Amino acid sequence: MMLVNIAGLALIGFIIWWFWLYRPSNAVLAAPGQIVEVSVRDGVYDPSLIDATVGKGISLKFIREDETACASQVLFPELGIQKELPLGKPVVIRIVPEQAGEYGFQCQMGMYRGILRVK
Amino acid sequence: MSDPVQLRLSIDGMRCAACVSKVETALTSAPGVQQASVNMVDRTATVRGELDVSELISAVQAVGYDASPILGNESLAEKQSEEAAHFRSLMWRFVIAGLVGLPLILDMFWHVLPGLAEGRIVWLLIGSITLACMIYAGRHFYIGAWRAFTHHSATMDTLIASGTGTAWLYSMLICIAPEIVPEMARHAYFDAALIIIALINLGQALEVRARGKTSEAIRRLIGLQPGTARVVREGKEIDVPLAEVIAGDVLRVRPGEKIPADGEVLEGTSSVDESMLTGEPLPVLKTAGDKLVGGTINTSGSFLCSATHVGADTVLAHIIEMVKNAQASKPRIGRLVDKVAGVFVPTVLILAVMTALIWLNFGPEPTISFALVAAMSVLIIACPCALGLATPISLVVGVGKAAEFGILIRKGEALERASKLTTIVLDKTGTVTEGKPAVTDIIGKDKNAILRLAAAVEAGSEHPLAAAIVARATKEEQSLSNCEEFKAISGQGVIGQVDGQHILLGNMALLVAHHVTIAAASIEQMHALAGQGKTPMLLACDGKVLGIIAVADPIKAGSKAAIAQMQAMGLNVVMLTGDNRQTAEAVAAQVGISEVFAEVMPQDKDAKVAELQAQGEVVGMVGDGINDAPALSRADVGFAIGAGTDVAIESADITLMRSSLDGVVTAIEISRATLRNIKQNLFGAFVYNSLGIPVAAGLLYPLFGMMLNPMLAGAAMAMSSVTVVSNANRLRLFVPSGLPSARTGGKA
Repeated sequence: MMLVNIAGLALIGFIIWWFWLYRPSNAVLAAPGQIVEVSVRDGVYDPSLIDATVGKGISLKFIREDETACASQVLFPELGIQKELPLGKPVVIRIVPEQAGEYGFQCQMGMYRGILRVK
Repeated sequence: MSDPVQLRLSIDGMRCAACVSKVETALTSAPGVQQASVNMVDRTATVRGELDVSELISAVQAVGYDASPILGNESLAEKQSEEAAHFRSLMWRFVIAGLVGLPLILDMFWHVLPGLAEGRIVWLLIGSITLACMIYAGRHFYIGAWRAFTHHSATMDTLIASGTGTAWLYSMLICIAPEIVPEMARHAYFDAALIIIALINLGQALEVRARGKTSEAIRRLIGLQPGTARVVREGKEIDVPLAEVIAGDVLRVRPGEKIPADGEVLEGTSSVDESMLTGEPLPVLKTAGDKLVGGTINTSGSFLCSATHVGADTVLAHIIEMVKNAQASKPRIGRLVDKVAGVFVPTVLILAVMTALIWLNFGPEPTISFALVAAMSVLIIACPCALGLATPISLVVGVGKAAEFGILIRKGEALERASKLTTIVLDKTGTVTEGKPAVTDIIGKDKNAILRLAAAVEAGSEHPLAAAIVARATKEEQSLSNCEEFKAISGQGVIGQVDGQHILLGNMALLVAHHVTIAAASIEQMHALAGQGKTPMLLACDGKVLGIIAVADPIKAGSKAAIAQMQAMGLNVVMLTGDNRQTAEAVAAQVGISEVFAEVMPQDKDAKVAELQAQGEVVGMVGDGINDAPALSRADVGFAIGAGTDVAIESADITLMRSSLDGVVTAIEISRATLRNIKQNLFGAFVYNSLGIPVAAGLLYPLFGMMLNPMLAGAAMAMSSVTVVSNANRLRLFVPSGLPSARTGGKA
C-alpha cells in the first residue's frame, strides 16, 4: 500500500510539474518579415511558444485543422485581438508588440493555449 | 473546365504602391488567374479565374507578403455544410459506440455472457471489439489528449481519454491476469468506456446543432445580401453576380427586390423597407438624390440608382463586421472563468488521483473497484466546456439579438456595463426632441404679417430658430421682402429694416433695450409659452409690439413612454442641454424628467457626466454621437442615437440606428437579459462541477451507501454543455417590453 501511495503522490507531483511548472524552452522565433505558421490541431497550438521582439511586427498564420467548435476562434485577450479561424483556411494575424512581456493566446474557452513572449 | 470564380484576399505586409504592383503581378501570374486587382486602401486583392486558394497564397508569399481569403456568403454555406458533416460524424460515433456498449450493459440483467473466470477468451474478444469501437468513436479524444499532453497542456480530451482509457486498461488487465485483484473486484468496465464515449459524442453533436442556432442573427444579416444585381451596361440591363458589381455601376432595382449595394437614387421613386437594418417599421420614401442602403427592400416602384459602396465597404458589411467583433469579444465576467479554465483540467486530474488514493487507503473491500469507479467518475463528470462556453455563447446570442433591433454593440464589455447602469443622461436636442425646431404659435391680430416680417428679418440669420420661421413662411407661400441693416444681437434676437419698417424680433430684453413698451398681457403670454418649453419671440414694428411668434423643438413621439420605462427599470433619468433653464425644465416636465442640467456648454457636457460618475453613478449618456462625442466617450456606456446607417460612430459603445429612445430601453433590457443568462450559465456550470465532482468521488457513499455510476457521470457531462448552449438559445426568444410586434426582429 505504501508503494501505491508513493506512486499516487508521485503522479500528483508529475501532473503539477508537467502541466503547471514546466516551461517549454523550444520557442519559435518570429522574425520581422517572416510568417510563423501556427497549426491548430487536436487541442493544441503548434508552436505554442513564440518569441518576438518589442516594436518589431510579426505575422502569425493560423491554420485550423481541428473541427471542434472550441478551436473556431483565436484570442489574444491582452492585445484585444480576436479572429475567426475557418476550418482549413489560413488566417494571418499581424502583431506589433509594443511592450515586453508574455501575452497568452487561446481559444474562445481558454482550453487551447499558447504564449507570445516579447523580449 | 470549371467556371471562373471571384475571390477576395486580405493581403498582409503591403506598405506602398510598389507593393501593390508586386502583389498584382504575383497574383496575375498564378495558375488559373484571369484578372487580379489589389486595393491598397483596405489591403485586399480581388482575383478572378479558375482559382486555387493555396496557390494564390503561395504566389503572394513568394514575393514577401501574405494573404488569407476574406469570408463571404460562400464561406457561410461552407461553414454550415462543415457543421452538418461534423454533426453526422459525431452521431455515427454515438451510434456505433452505443450499439456495442448497450448489449454489454443489458447483460448485467440478462447474464448471457459467461463470467470472467470461465469465459476469458470471450471477454478478451469483447475487449478487442471495445478497443476497435473506442478507436473509431473516440479517436479524436485520444489523439487530442496525447497531442495536448506532449505540449504540456490538458483539455477536456485529457479527462475523457484518461477516464475511458483507465476503464479499458483495468478491464483488459483483469481479463488477462484476474489473480492480481481480489475476486470481488473482478469486474470489466468495457460497457462504461463505450457508453461514456457514446454519450459524449451525442452531447457534442447536440452542442453543434444548438451552436448553429446561436449565430442565426449574423446569418440573417448576411442573408440580406442578394446574390445578383441588375446592372445597366452599354444601355442594356443585365443580371450579374453581386461580387462583380463595382462602385459607380448603375443598377436597376425592381419592386420586391433587395437593393444590392449602397447607393443613390438616380431616377424613379419608391418606398424602401429599412426595418431589417434600422428596426424602423415604416417604409421610407426615396426619390432622386436620396441615399440607399444595400440589403434593404424596395417595396413599390422601380428605380435606377448608382452604386456608391460595394462589397466590404457597404453599411451592411460594416454592421456584420461590428456584430462579429462584438460577439468575439470578452466581457469582464468571462475573465475569471478563463483563469479557472486554465487550471481546471490538471486540478481534476489531481483530484482523481487523490480520490483513488483515499478509496484505496480507507475504502471498503474491494477497494480497487471503488477507487477505480470513483476516479473514473471524477474524470468523466468534470466539464470545463460548460464553464468555458457560459459567457461567449450567451454573448453571441445577445449581441446578435440586439442587432435585430437596430442596436449595434461595439464590445461585450459595453453590454456588461449597460446592464449595470444607474443613471441615464439624455441630451435634449435631437434625443428627447426631434432636433428640428418648428413654429408652434403665432399670437397677434395679423398673423400673416407677423410671420412675413419675422421671416424676412430672420432670412439672413443662421440660427436654427430662424430656419424654423423661414421654413414656416415658405410653407405658407409668403413672399418675403428684403431685409436691410440686419444685425444679430447674441442672447437677445435680431434687428433689421423690412419695407422701410424698423423690425425687432427677440426676447423681452431686446425690446426693453430699444425702449419698446410691452403690455402686461404679452409678458404673461411670453411666460406661458416658455413654461410650455417653447421659445417665444416678440415682434416689434417701428417701436410697437405686433405680436409673438413661438418656436419649439417638438418632443419625439416615443420619448415620454421610453423615459417612463427607464424610470420603471429603476434608472435615474437626467436631461442635459445647452438650452435655457426655463425651456429645458418645461421639456423635462413634459417627458417626466425631474433632474435637469440646463445651460451646459457642449464642451462642459463630459464634465457633467464625470460629476455624476464621481457621485458613484454608473452613467449611460445618450446623444447624437457627433456633438456629444466627448460626453459619450466619458460615460460608462455611450449611446449614439439615430445614427441611421452611419454605423461607424467611434465615440459610442452602443449605436442605435433608429432615432427613438425606446432603442435605449431595448438595449438595456437585452444587456440585462444577456448578463442574467451568462450568470445563470456560470452559476450552473460552477454548481454542476463543484457538486458533481464530490459526488463522483464518492461523497454520498459514507452517507447513503451510493456510488455514482461512471456512465451516469458521462451522461451528466454530455448534457451540461448542451444545457449551457440551450439556455443561451433562450435569449433568441427575447422580446423587448412595450415594443410593437411589428418591430420584432423576425422579419429579415
